[in-house]
This record gives sequence, structure tokens and C-alpha cells, in this order.
Amino acid sequence: MKRAFPIFAILTAGLLSYGLYGALIQAPTEQTMGDVQRIFYYHVPSAWTAFCLFFVNLVASIVYLVRRSPKVDALALASAEVGVVFCTVVLVTGPIWARPVWGIWWTWDLRLTLTLVLWLIYVSYLMLRRFSSSGQTPVMAAVLAALGALDVPLVYFSIWFFRTQHPQPVIGGGGSIDPRMLHVLLMNWLAFMCFAALVCWSRYRLEILRRQVEETQALESLLAGGSSR
Amino acid sequence: MNSPPGVTRATLVKDLRLEWRSKDAINSMLFFALLVVVIFSFSFDPTAEESRRIAGGLVWVAFLFAAVVALNQTWARELRNQVLDAYRVSPARANSLFLAKVTGNFIFVSVLEALMTPLFVVFYNLRAIGPAYQLLFVAVLGTWALVVNGTFFAAMSIRTRSREIMLPLLLFPITIPALLAMVEATSSILTGEFSARFWIVLLAVYDVVFTTGCLLFFEIVLHGE
Repeated sequence: MKRAFPIFAILTAGLLSYGLYGALIQAPTEQTMGDVQRIFYYHVPSAWTAFCLFFVNLVASIVYLVRRSPKVDALALASAEVGVVFCTVVLVTGPIWARPVWGIWWTWDLRLTLTLVLWLIYVSYLMLRRFSSSGQTPVMAAVLAALGALDVPLVYFSIWFFRTQHPQPVIGGGGSIDPRMLHVLLMNWLAFMCFAALVCWSRYRLEILRRQVEETQALESLLAGGSSR
Repeated sequence: MNSPPGVTRATLVKDLRLEWRSKDAINSMLFFALLVVVIFSFSFDPTAEESRRIAGGLVWVAFLFAAVVALNQTWARELRNQVLDAYRVSPARANSLFLAKVTGNFIFVSVLEALMTPLFVVFYNLRAIGPAYQLLFVAVLGTWALVVNGTFFAAMSIRTRSREIMLPLLLFPITIPALLAMVEATSSILTGEFSARFWIVLLAVYDVVFTTGCLLFFEIVLHGE
């Protein structure tokens, strides 16, 4: 396992560089939007990666509620943290693209709002993990993740209706995508997924180590207290 | 007495009696909501037409903030004298306790709404153009949504370090669809421009989903080891 980590890291670095090359040079320039469209190769893969990570978090949380294994909880924590980072990338790159193309930074569109609400739910998840007393953190966090998942379809329908009721700027939906663009997009997604897995992996290992250190320290202080008496 | 409805009734009666004698929650909620109403009236100086459009948002934001004040006290009261620990070791069902707390909070927040709504009507010169009876459904379903989630997350936040601040941080993101539904339904009814039916149905679905979810998980949260 220890050998696999650097190999995987090098592979990810290669993929990321190839993805960057694809996004900046290989992919054709979009006709109407111009070069600003290239942010799409970072924006969309980040979004997909973030959603995958939130899904991993949900599965890990449910498994934790059933099995109560601390390792699964460490995975839930790692995926939530990395997911929030990727989701933040989505929320930052989106407006950068929207400003020159739509002429506005933000619109309360279905996907935008859903992403924002998901981000809010997961930030509150991380806050809960940060503030709750250590013994109960995993259970509380897992319950919150499960309730958050219940919330997502409701958010979807509420925003969907909210938006069909009010007019909105037309977004170039539909339409076909150049196969070269699609290739670069999927390449970048693969690179981002590898990167996310890499970061999650090291975060997971860090969390396991941190817990071991905590346990050892608690044990040591117990023993020290026993011997002094 | 030991049956689940008996436990619920006993806890509810105890909470109502405590509240009747101290009036802590209701007084702080009322005054807080009053302050919010007054500050809103200073911040916006709307005409009757405009106020009708924004009143839905103002009313529910005021109620949401005020409800948080009461919800924070729900479980804090039980921490003193280790009532919550006693409840944990007793054979009574966790959900009976939860339902009692939710019902209690529902009564408090409903009283608050009944008292504050006339004030809103006076300050903002409100008059419903759409079907006003639907406001009752919105109020009942919306209050239940706030209270059921609020009580649940208050039980969660009582276990954290900064208790009071944690509740809104957990409650608000999850409540976004319900809040949107309440605000939109109220605005639709007040302006009479749209039908509020979709929002009322959405609120009902939200209530069913989250009441089930909270009942499912409450025992885990109460015992949370």
C-alpha cells in the first residue's frame, strides 16, 4: 500500500498535466464564447468530482450508522472535506465564466442553486464535526449526512418550480459538443477523480494516524496517572 | 403512564406547565420577533403593493429567527438536573420524548405567530388578494417543518461545544426548501398572482419526509455514543 501511493501520485500528476495541455491547447476554441469557455474543462469535472465525493460520503455515513466502524467514518470525513473543496472550485469558477458570457455573476438557476445548497449543507456538516465533542462526532455527522441527502430532491423540486415560475436568462442548453472537447472534458474528469482519490487517501491516512496518536496519548496519560498514585 | 402516548403527554404537560410558570421561551421569542419586525420596518419603507411582495419573506424570516430562540431552550432545560441522562436509562421510547418536545415547540411557535401576525398586518398594511384561508395551511405546515427539524437539530447541537450558535448553522441549510416554500406560498397568496398549491404540497411532502427521518434517527441522536 505504501508503495502504491507515490506511484498513484505520479500517475495523477501526469494526468493533470495532460488535462491542462488538453484544456489550453488541444481543445478547439469555442466559436461564440472564445477562450473563456476553456474554464469549462475545470468547472464541469470539479462539479462531477464533488458530487461523486458527496455520494461517497453519503454511502460511508449510512454504512457507519449500520456497522459503526471508525474507518468508514474516517472515509466519510475525508470525502466530505475534499468534496467541499471541489464544490468551492465549482462555485468560484462558475461566476468567472458567467460574467463575460451571461453578463452576470450569478443567477438563481436550478443547477447553481442546488450546488450552492449542497455546499451549504456540507459546510454545516464539517462545522458539526469540528464542534461536537469527540465521542459523538461520527454518529451526529452520519445522521446529518443522511438528512442532507433527504433534502436534495426537495431542494431540486422547489428550485425547479421556483424557476419555472420566474423568467431567467436563457442558458445554451441542448446542442452538441465537439468530440475533441468531450475528450478533453472526460480526460480532465479522470484526472480530477484521481486527484480527489489521492487527496482523500492521504487525508484518510492522516485521520487514522491522528486517532491512533490520540488513543496512545490517552492511554499514556491513564498509565501515568496510575503509576503516580 | 408508561405507554408511549402516556410518556408524550406527561412530558408535554410538564413542558407546558414549566413554560406557563416561567414564560421564558415565549417572552424572549415575542420580544425578539417584535424587534425584528421593527428593524425590518426601518430598513424597508415599502408602499402597500411592494410590501405585499416582500412580506412573505419578512414574516417567515422573523418567525424563523424567533423560533431558534425557543428551540435552543428546548433541551438546555433538560440538561440541568441530568433529566436527559435519566431519560436515556429509562425504558421509555426516545420518540415519545421527541414528539412531546416537537408538540410543545409547535404550540409555542404557533402562539408567537398568532400574536405577531396582527402586528405585521398593521405595520405593512397587508391584505391578502389571493385565497386567505390557504395561509392557515401554510402556517401550520410551515411551522411544523421548522419545529420538527429545529427540535431535532437542537438535540444535536446540545452535544456540541458552542451550543447556541450551532443550531442555526445546522437548521438553516436543511430548511432551505421548506423556507422557500413558505415564503413563496405566502407571497403568492398575498399578491394573488400565482397559485400557492404547489408550495403547499411541497411543504406537506417536506413535513412527511423530515418527520419520518427525524423519528428514525432521534434515538441514535439521543443515545449517540
